[in-house]
Amino acid sequence: MSRLLTMKDVWIEGRSDESWNPIINGIDLHLDKGEVLGLIGESGAGKSTMGLAAMGFCRDGVRISKGSVEFEGIDLLKASAAKKRALLGKRIAYVAQSAAASFNPAHRIIDQHTEGPVQHGVMSKSESERDAMELYAKLRLPDPEQIGFRYPHQVSGGQLQRAMTAMAMSCRPDLIIFDEPTTALDVTTQIEVLASIRDIVEQFGTAAIYITHDLAVVAQMADRIKVLLKGDEVETADTRTMLSSPKEDYTKSLWAVRDFVRPAKPAVHTSATPVVSVQGVTAAYGKVDVLNEVSFDIHEGRTVAVVGESGSGKSTTARCITGLLPPRQGVIEFDGVALPADYRKRNKAQLRQAQMIYQMADTALNPRKTIGEIIGRPVEFYMGLKGREKRRRVEELLDEIELPADQYIDRLPSELSGGQKQRIGIARALAAEPKFIICDEVTSALDQLVAEGILKLLARLQDELHLSYMFITHDLATVKSIADEVVVMKDGEVVEQGPKAQMFQPPHHPYTDLLLSSVPEMDPDWLSTLLAERGIDNIGDAAVNKMSYNGTQSKGC
Amino acid sequence: MSFWLEIMGVLLGCLAAGWLFQFAGEKITHGKPFFRDMPLSIAFGYALGAVVLVWIVWSYYLARTLEAPEVNKYFFFRRAIDAFILFAIAAWLFRLLGRSVGTQGTKKLFRQMPLTASFGLLTILIYALLAIFAGVLAPYGQEQIIQGAAANIAPGGDPAMGGNPAYPLGTDQIGRDILSRLIYGAQNTVGIAFATTCLAFVLGGTLGFLAATLGGWLDQVLSRGVDVLMAIPSLIFALLLMTIASAWAGSEKGLLTFYMVVIIAVIDSTRVFRLARAVGANIVVMDYIEAAKLRGEGLFYLIFKEILPNAISPLLAEFGLRFCFVFLTIASLSFLGVGIQPPLADWGTMVRDLAQFINFAAFAPQVASAPLLAAGAIALLTVAVNFVVDWMLHRSSGLKE
Repeated sequence: MSRLLTMKDVWIEGRSDESWNPIINGIDLHLDKGEVLGLIGESGAGKSTMGLAAMGFCRDGVRISKGSVEFEGIDLLKASAAKKRALLGKRIAYVAQSAAASFNPAHRIIDQHTEGPVQHGVMSKSESERDAMELYAKLRLPDPEQIGFRYPHQVSGGQLQRAMTAMAMSCRPDLIIFDEPTTALDVTTQIEVLASIRDIVEQFGTAAIYITHDLAVVAQMADRIKVLLKGDEVETADTRTMLSSPKEDYTKSLWAVRDFVRPAKPAVHTSATPVVSVQGVTAAYGKVDVLNEVSFDIHEGRTVAVVGESGSGKSTTARCITGLLPPRQGVIEFDGVALPADYRKRNKAQLRQAQMIYQMADTALNPRKTIGEIIGRPVEFYMGLKGREKRRRVEELLDEIELPADQYIDRLPSELSGGQKQRIGIARALAAEPKFIICDEVTSALDQLVAEGILKLLARLQDELHLSYMFITHDLATVKSIADEVVVMKDGEVVEQGPKAQMFQPPHHPYTDLLLSSVPEMDPDWLSTLLAERGIDNIGDAAVNKMSYNGTQSKGC
Repeated sequence: MSFWLEIMGVLLGCLAAGWLFQFAGEKITHGKPFFRDMPLSIAFGYALGAVVLVWIVWSYYLARTLEAPEVNKYFFFRRAIDAFILFAIAAWLFRLLGRSVGTQGTKKLFRQMPLTASFGLLTILIYALLAIFAGVLAPYGQEQIIQGAAANIAPGGDPAMGGNPAYPLGTDQIGRDILSRLIYGAQNTVGIAFATTCLAFVLGGTLGFLAATLGGWLDQVLSRGVDVLMAIPSLIFALLLMTIASAWAGSEKGLLTFYMVVIIAVIDSTRVFRLARAVGANIVVMDYIEAAKLRGEGLFYLIFKEILPNAISPLLAEFGLRFCFVFLTIASLSFLGVGIQPPLADWGTMVRDLAQFINFAAFAPQVASAPLLAAGAIALLTVAVNFVVDWMLHRSSGLKE
């Protein structure tokens, strides 16, 4: 195979605080025609920067200080703007992480699709439109003849991501850079996008750089994997070699992440009063019901994981429990006593008992307040501690979440990493000394290693403080590691619930089955096997539709 | 006709020079990206800029060498360039001072500061000092009609041009020292504008945050009320209300000034309300606000402890702009005769009183500059505040380059 892209000794620097700081420290990378290279690493490892550099491009405030990027003998770093313009879009294409943010909402999808080919003079507008429809069909988008004439907000996230892949394909480039194309998607949708990306890359013999932090995903897509850590290369190897025998410790630690499983707990007495009991809750936004007769119990010291794809009503259930969305029917009981439906009618003690940890620590912590103020406020508000006592309690809480108090107490949230922010969110919840905590996707925005740390912390706190958790997630690996009981939701209804051991063993409700089988596994053949099992046109959306069609006959468990 | 031909010739010349510039640059530097990727339009811009610069330098040279009466043509031009150079040097020195004196934080602030912002800060600082120490700095009282001095002495202090060294900026039509009145004007105009803007922000900001936090019918009532107020052209509305207010105030001038502050504050608070509501609405949906609500926090805490700190930078930037508008409104009202009442010194009033001298501009520019001094004081502060606001917006939005 002939060499397509060669990046030699690339050094990249970013400007912050009046000086240039290294982002990438001398990385070599090469790619043959038709080869797929996986770039993995934690956030901040420089994956995306490296991906952009492969196009000879860097973001504002970033510069390539040394090295060369050669695409078929043309040095992209020295090429003139006109020369690069002729390559980018036509021979090198880019698929961004968030298709929703990358499409211009004011233009129809197909108009944005045809812009590249027409500008580059590859096809006329009508040819390109016809070609777009073919690509849509190849990517298994529903109604390929018509879907392009919609606006970006009129199609779902997974469909938009596929439309973006089609757009990247519009000029039949030799190289596509995929920057985390499935990170923002549900597992069931992710499969579809993965399968279609892989198909189309194989079909046209396109080379690709696939950037992701999800090992299982990269195992499906890449021929070769390169692991990055803080701008340095850790190791590069063939996918199979890399998975079976990683050389470096860091790579091994990445691979080992999914092994954390907390020991099972003894079953609860059937007579015990649950800490929280959701009974027949029906709730609506406006006139549309989004929850329908949802019921489950959460016992003391237990973790109930609520799983389902986005739009299944997981977070709405949490809003009903906290009182932000008063249910239309049904009650929420706390220690056997019904709570007022609206949080404004609850008293301080009731509010204190149930705390919440949010998915996005960035928006959950007030950026203008120091850590001490953020954690100190509930201490002052509920416990009435002031001055030195308050400070001592905040220090205690910081110890509890394993952050050195003297270093962190006066910092602002922007001076912390993602995992540390999430820990502050936990400390704020703990400051109220609650019995029950709702964790809303607390690990889904974090890297695997960091998420692991958070899960371990939550498990330890549960053991020490006898907390009960309602753990909302769409990541079944997380469920496996931390849950005692599982509630599966779909379209605002509970489709299945029970102890974890039972849930991960067949027979399942078909929807649970679909969810479980959609979680990517490390095995590089997993996607192919799964697709063969499901039948090629029976993935994701299609499978859901098929299932809901005959799902009523076989109610699991 | 030949004028247009000349213009066309210059533009075409620029185009040719631009192309030559780009071509020569690329050859000499052996294809540096700066020259290589330069489009013709930008090269044209460079050439045009160079032509304008040469024209400015040439005119300035003429202004300094020509004799009267031709030099009159260039009088204001020369003053403007002189002032520009003076201000640039002052701003540069001020920034240098800031970089070498003070704490680590302020030093860093000054290191990253553009020259425009340091000019703005310096100007605001000088205005503030003048306003605070007006009583000490001004050589005469603001209402003092100086015995023995003639009326309408030209500015400049040069007896040959009709000036008097005792009154460097001359005297007005009833013999009051213009320099003293300018200094007191800083106190009156700027002080009142500042108080008015603060009032507008307290009013508009609080209501805007309330509307954003509570929503529902309160939001509707407040927002529609604001819409109604905003639908009326503000200066005409202010004039109307001031006419009514002057009937109420009668001969009490202090009371009339108070009415003016309230009227302008209410009219301007509608703009502040809009901004506060929009910014607040974006903050209210954040998870930390939800967390605070679920904690059981009251409205006061939510607005002033959780929302306000996050809205402070856009509000501060708006404060700067709003201050300029309020300031100009007061000056306009005074110019029209319903604002700050004589004998209090006010820049708007001063422009109106001396306005007829502008007719002298063609043959006695020294005399004509008397009304322009007050106008210049207004313009300078407005520009300075805008520079500082721009800089603050740039910093708070995190936009680099």
